[in-house]
Amino acid sequence: MCAYVLSDLTPGQRGKVAGVAGAGALARRLWDLGFLPGTPVACTARAPAGDPAAYLVRGAVIALRDRDAARVALEGAPWG
Amino acid sequence: MKEGGGPVVALAGNPNVGKSTLFNALTGLRQHTGNWAGKTVEAAVGRCRHGGLDYTLVDLPGTCSLLAQTAEERAARTFLCSGASAGAVAVCDATCLERGLDLALQVLELQPRTVVCVNLLDEGARKGLRVDLEALSRAMGVPVAGTSAGREEGLEELMARVAEVVERPEPPAPPEVRYPPAVEFAVASLLPLLREKLAGRLPARWLALRLLEGDGELLDGLASSLAWDPRTDGALAPALAKARGELARSGLGPEALGPALAAGRRERAEALAGLAVQAEETAKADRDRRLDRVLTHRIAGPLLLLLLLAGALWITIQGANWPSAWLSAGLFRLGDRLGEALLALGAPPWLYGILIEGAWRVLAWVVGVMLPPMAIFFPLFTLLEDLGYLPRAAFLLDHAFQGAKACGKQALTMCMGLGCNAAGVTGCRIIDSPRERLIAVLTNSLVPCNGRFPALIALIALFLAGAGPWAGARGAALLTGTVLLGVGGTLLASRLLSATVLRGVPSAFTLELPAYRLPQVGKVVVRSLLDRTLFVLGRAVAVAAPAGAVIWLCANVTVGGATLLSHLTALLDPLGRLMGMDGVLLAAFVLGFPANELVLPLALMAYCSAGVLRDPADLAALGEVLRANGWTEVTAVCAVLFTLFHWPCSTTCLTIARETRSVKWTLLSIALPTAMGMGLCICVAAAARLFQ
Repeated sequence: MCAYVLSDLTPGQRGKVAGVAGAGALARRLWDLGFLPGTPVACTARAPAGDPAAYLVRGAVIALRDRDAARVALEGAPWG
Repeated sequence: MKEGGGPVVALAGNPNVGKSTLFNALTGLRQHTGNWAGKTVEAAVGRCRHGGLDYTLVDLPGTCSLLAQTAEERAARTFLCSGASAGAVAVCDATCLERGLDLALQVLELQPRTVVCVNLLDEGARKGLRVDLEALSRAMGVPVAGTSAGREEGLEELMARVAEVVERPEPPAPPEVRYPPAVEFAVASLLPLLREKLAGRLPARWLALRLLEGDGELLDGLASSLAWDPRTDGALAPALAKARGELARSGLGPEALGPALAAGRRERAEALAGLAVQAEETAKADRDRRLDRVLTHRIAGPLLLLLLLAGALWITIQGANWPSAWLSAGLFRLGDRLGEALLALGAPPWLYGILIEGAWRVLAWVVGVMLPPMAIFFPLFTLLEDLGYLPRAAFLLDHAFQGAKACGKQALTMCMGLGCNAAGVTGCRIIDSPRERLIAVLTNSLVPCNGRFPALIALIALFLAGAGPWAGARGAALLTGTVLLGVGGTLLASRLLSATVLRGVPSAFTLELPAYRLPQVGKVVVRSLLDRTLFVLGRAVAVAAPAGAVIWLCANVTVGGATLLSHLTALLDPLGRLMGMDGVLLAAFVLGFPANELVLPLALMAYCSAGVLRDPADLAALGEVLRANGWTEVTAVCAVLFTLFHWPCSTTCLTIARETRSVKWTLLSIALPTAMGMGLCICVAAAARLFQ
């Protein structure tokens, strides 16, 4: 079974955050934005070129590049 | 006890929660606000009178947290740690309360004398949210005030709560955020030692948590401001090592502690928000998502972006025509009267020349040609900004910037550059990575600013758009194309810089797409007129009048049988011809360095043999003068290209020097667009010669 990450979500899909890989400035920023274990997230849009994508997390919409979103691991498979 | 300067109160909050609007409403100070994250790039200070006391309000930059290492967060943290504030206001967005409360809890850990301000209550109400301020206040243990800063509602109440919290003898003791037991145990083991050493300079619990986290950069900063490094303190260092060892043994090593603390705070914020907010329906949030789907759609998104840009430019061109003619005719007539009066008073002809034919006419030209398009374009731009559209534009464009190995937020600074490049350069502070910030600074002048629009509009209308009922639309299309060329140039130059002097990989960035807000049109118009239009115009006028006088002198003082101006144009003529223009226009570009909007009037002044500027209102007459001096479509194309790509104006250069603090980068920011423009012009001119 392969683990899913945030950047796997397509617009309309939902998932639940399992954790952020690694530490450092980006990880800190992602925690602050609310990408914490157990948090439900949804992908709301994808830019025309396919990257970046926008995610709904705790009431705010945050755009992340795929490279960065791939650091957010999801619990189980996305749905929706 | 607090006479004179009055208590200092810091305003902290997430980006884009209406903090600047609140600050403006409280202080009456006009600081620019917009609907995107990171707008406040420098802390603004203002005064607010309440209950006979003058409060000094400090608008801290918007931050996601107080713990990260971006310039904004460092600034906000340093200020709150410095002990300079008697109290704080933690501003939260009612529509996204949990995130705001997370930051409010962090502020509370540093400054217990804090009022939680739930702003944007009107937005919340529109989204069907009701916030129970009483319950929130009881649960948090500090005063809570609700405001709708845009409508100036709840401000009195907020200041009353601020006065209450600042003046009470003992600070409030809000319930602390509870972290996992192992963390609480470790904190408790450090507290007694820290309390003794800090003697109230910083909350001991907060410092204990930071020491356990062990963020080197953050602690370095603290150590230097405390003039005491707890990490090397004889008594504390062993205790700290022991506490961290025990934490690691219970599974909370350095890697896991950060998220554990963040999660602890977030859970508390979530619980508080859950307690206080009653959501009736989420129709508005759904509307935002639907709107996002359209605006970021694969095909519709970019198309709409293009249409919006072209539409804004079209409205500007069409709308500016009539007031422009009216204004400049009026100003020129007024100048004639002033001149007559001056001569009647017995002024010598040279004084009349300098003051009226030089200073006044250039001034009249700049005001007449610049004011109407600015007065139309700036409010339109501000409307889009307030709506929350600009971050969506950045979202759409990000992939291109990623390709150029630059930051997606550069699209935002580019948009600001459309208004004024100096503002765009300052705005580059929203970009965290120094490398990407420098790229954005160096390439900002490649998008045409408002000072260059009038010249572009005039050149396109005279030579390229043709005539007939569709001339306006064609002009708008050509101008849009010109702006797009600027965007293309920005991307190309960014890529070039990334591959050469500013090598590196794009850093991570997060871009918030804020909720759409219905702008208050009246307010937007007034504010952008006052804040932007008059500001930019004032600066242009301040340069235009003296420049006009100097140019008049150059055009009328004769040395060796020819005027100074003709010496200069003769000197520049070969280069100008090579670039498809002529010496006069190139000289005008050189002399127009103080302000871009001077270029065309200067060229005209030089063309008209008497060295006197005519009324610009009659575009046809302007065209005749230019054609009589050998202008063709090719000349106009080259002039448009060089207007787009040449050295930044003096204000922008100074701003770049201030922002980069480097002569080298400032020179590069001048050389880069100039080289691009010269290259392009030479190519176009050569191609035109080939096909003739």
